[in-house]
Amino acid sequence: MITSLEMQETYSRRWERVWISIAAVLLALLLGAVVILWAGRDPLLAYGALWAASFGSWRGFGEALVSITPLIFTGLSVAFCNRTGLFNIGAEGQFIIGQMGAAVAGYMFTGLPALIHVPLALAAGALAGALWAGVPGLLKAKLGAHEVINTIMMNYIALYFTHYLVIGPLKGHSYLPVTKQVLESARLWRFLPPTRANIGFFVALAMAGVVYYILWRTTLGYECRAVGLNAEAAQYAGINVQRNLVVSMMIGGALAGMGGAVQVLGVQHRFYDLFGFTGYGFDGIAVALLGNNHPLGVIAGASLFGILARGSQNMQSVAQVPQEVIGIVQAAVIIFIAADYIIRKWIYWRRPQGAGRLRAKGES
Amino acid sequence: MSEKTAPVVELKDITKAFPGVIANDRISISFYPGEVHALLGENGAGKTTLMNILYGLYPPDGGQIFVRGKPVVIKSPTDALSHGIGMVHQHFMLVPPFTVAENIVLGSEPRKRRFFLDMEKAVADVEALSDRYGFKVDPRAKIQDISVGMQQRVEILKALYRGAEVLILDEPTAVLTPQEVVELKEITDNLAQQGKAIIFITHKLQEVMSMSHRITVIRSGKVVGTTAASGTSPVELARMMVGRDVVLKVDKEPVTAGSTLLRMEDVWADDDRKLPALRGVNLQVRGGEVVGVAGIDGNGQRELAEALIGIRQVKRGSIYLRQQEITGLSVRDRKDLGLGHIPEDRQRTGMILDFSLGENAVLGKHHRAPFTKGFIYDTAAVRDYGEQLLELYDVRSGGIESPGRSLSGGNQQKLVVGREIDSDPDLLIAAQPTRGLDVGAIEFVHRRLLEQRAAGKGILLISLELEELLSLSDRIMVIYEGQLIAEVDPKVVTEEQLGLLMTGGQVQQRGVEGA
Repeated sequence: MITSLEMQETYSRRWERVWISIAAVLLALLLGAVVILWAGRDPLLAYGALWAASFGSWRGFGEALVSITPLIFTGLSVAFCNRTGLFNIGAEGQFIIGQMGAAVAGYMFTGLPALIHVPLALAAGALAGALWAGVPGLLKAKLGAHEVINTIMMNYIALYFTHYLVIGPLKGHSYLPVTKQVLESARLWRFLPPTRANIGFFVALAMAGVVYYILWRTTLGYECRAVGLNAEAAQYAGINVQRNLVVSMMIGGALAGMGGAVQVLGVQHRFYDLFGFTGYGFDGIAVALLGNNHPLGVIAGASLFGILARGSQNMQSVAQVPQEVIGIVQAAVIIFIAADYIIRKWIYWRRPQGAGRLRAKGES
Repeated sequence: MSEKTAPVVELKDITKAFPGVIANDRISISFYPGEVHALLGENGAGKTTLMNILYGLYPPDGGQIFVRGKPVVIKSPTDALSHGIGMVHQHFMLVPPFTVAENIVLGSEPRKRRFFLDMEKAVADVEALSDRYGFKVDPRAKIQDISVGMQQRVEILKALYRGAEVLILDEPTAVLTPQEVVELKEITDNLAQQGKAIIFITHKLQEVMSMSHRITVIRSGKVVGTTAASGTSPVELARMMVGRDVVLKVDKEPVTAGSTLLRMEDVWADDDRKLPALRGVNLQVRGGEVVGVAGIDGNGQRELAEALIGIRQVKRGSIYLRQQEITGLSVRDRKDLGLGHIPEDRQRTGMILDFSLGENAVLGKHHRAPFTKGFIYDTAAVRDYGEQLLELYDVRSGGIESPGRSLSGGNQQKLVVGREIDSDPDLLIAAQPTRGLDVGAIEFVHRRLLEQRAAGKGILLISLELEELLSLSDRIMVIYEGQLIAEVDPKVVTEEQLGLLMTGGQVQQRGVEGA
């Protein structure tokens, strides 16, 4: 028996999280406007330029999709691990190693039709990410070593290991530190030429669906969530906590790794030596937080961060506002979400009509 | 106590609805200085909700609160304290490595030269306060080193230090030993004599009779009545609480014990600190039999249950379920072989508070049909089953989708008990199955356990409640420092004899044998 009241309850509980995220974004934009004003520039002009960079032309829109896509993957990776009680700071390294895996699979297998080569190369990236994440997962399950420390270390290993590969054994160019180009048959179709927007974006959306399905429609997801919320009760219920930790770490790694694969197969077409972290993995943490670890929220959060990143340069050239302001806005979003207590309290006390309160105020 | 003085706090028509439940329905109560006023009611009757409203944790949907005759709006615990209302929760909020004095002054620390903590003054203040009300606490002791009863006093002192004139105690006796309950009564009497108002939330009939001056009974969110403790009886209160006559004793039909279901042979296991907690346990449970395990908390009961269900490693010895050895099997394998377990701590190990009630209802059997088909988790089947379970075990909730956290403690317990009994295990390990339940629910759980017994199942009942052990068990094993030191017949043993055995003492009498 479901009463309409119960529907309302689950409804409002779910929407409360959404409102908190929206309020945080608006507050952050407001803060950004204040900073722009303080610098003596016009915030409306600046935000107009920010908006126009992604929505002013098809070309801009296509490139916006290019910046959104990797963030969806890393956001999903962090969100999935968070749901199982793991803090995956290693999406960055998993993304990098996924790039390398896909690049190698992309040029190594010749003579394959695209229908086979593309999934194969994507799978190679995902597998590389999964194995990379499996290491800290295993260390956590077997030795209790904290995944935060180990995933951070794995990030550096990924960075320098791929550096070694592209200047050494996998160097595919006479003087540049890059791999060979991936074959045509492994490239993701670009549907909005001349932009680099490719079907990788839809792969990302599909993965959001897969993550939702795993978490809420499979027994594995049930167990992962149980471990994430209360590992002790999960253990009492006969759930193999150690195994679930490794599996969920590997699923997170596969998602980030596939993100790296999409970046190579759809955008770069080869692995370029990295001189520092790409930042996608770290932004994925913010995206997951903004999206409340929900696949739909991750898509929304990735879109926001992608659009902000894409528009910041345009903002600088049109409105003479330094693009670092966008860094301030992104940071403020995170701070406001972390300080959700204030927003929550405000929503909470506004909801009940509190007839007694009003009357009491009137009388005193 | 005296009705002539003005009430210090007056609640008028307080109403609070949660989705699907009206927790408080136009509740009006007055609390007077100098009285210990008990709020008595079943689990989920709305006592705690009412007090949370008074303490500013929930906004009421309607009604007014008056403090010393003036209407007030209480939006937060800080507001409540500024009106002189303090609350001691069932679960303490203390910093274990801090001293008593540090915990008490936390948030309003005395300072010297503006920036420095004046610990001497804090200690002196706490000592003065403690002496005034006869608390006997050492301000310099660390929280982690003192007993639960002492910790509770620290919580009370914390409220008094902040100027509380009205003190709300939520289920204060739930965590106390009988001796500590007597000491708490001295303290509340003392506080009442000095003009404080004590509001005391409980569902235990005996304590209400001995500790309070006036009693207000709440049922399903409504006030049933307020009565002086001297003018009522436990039987009458139980009837007011539950709305019908309650049988305070269970009738147990004789059942012939069947074949051996559980056998432990010389089982040894360590506790979390790697010290031996079980030292050679031998135990048998047959079908159609309730075997009680009596002992003072911390004598190996938890480790016994954990070794049986497969959470705790057995260092030596073996465990058999029916004829099969299960010593090395996983928790899930043991469950699938017919072992059930009601964990002693519903919030920590019994359920997942942020899971929905449906998800909690299948916890531990979620991997079986019809909840799992292949790798797919069937949400519709979970929902159907969960709804049936809530109905069958009278779990009062805001619906199958609401989180476990939204249930009152007693209803959480009913959900856990229901889930485990409903799996119909051949052998059920019931650890504190009625902890925190009111009389009506205890009667219900006891009846269910005896039904399992009548159906030829075995039950290992681990409990701290002697009355429960004596009325349900066919045999009682006494556990002391990790050993089963005696087996007694509940029909002939007295509570005093059992109490003596539990402390490691010897009893020479018929029906009592050293094991």
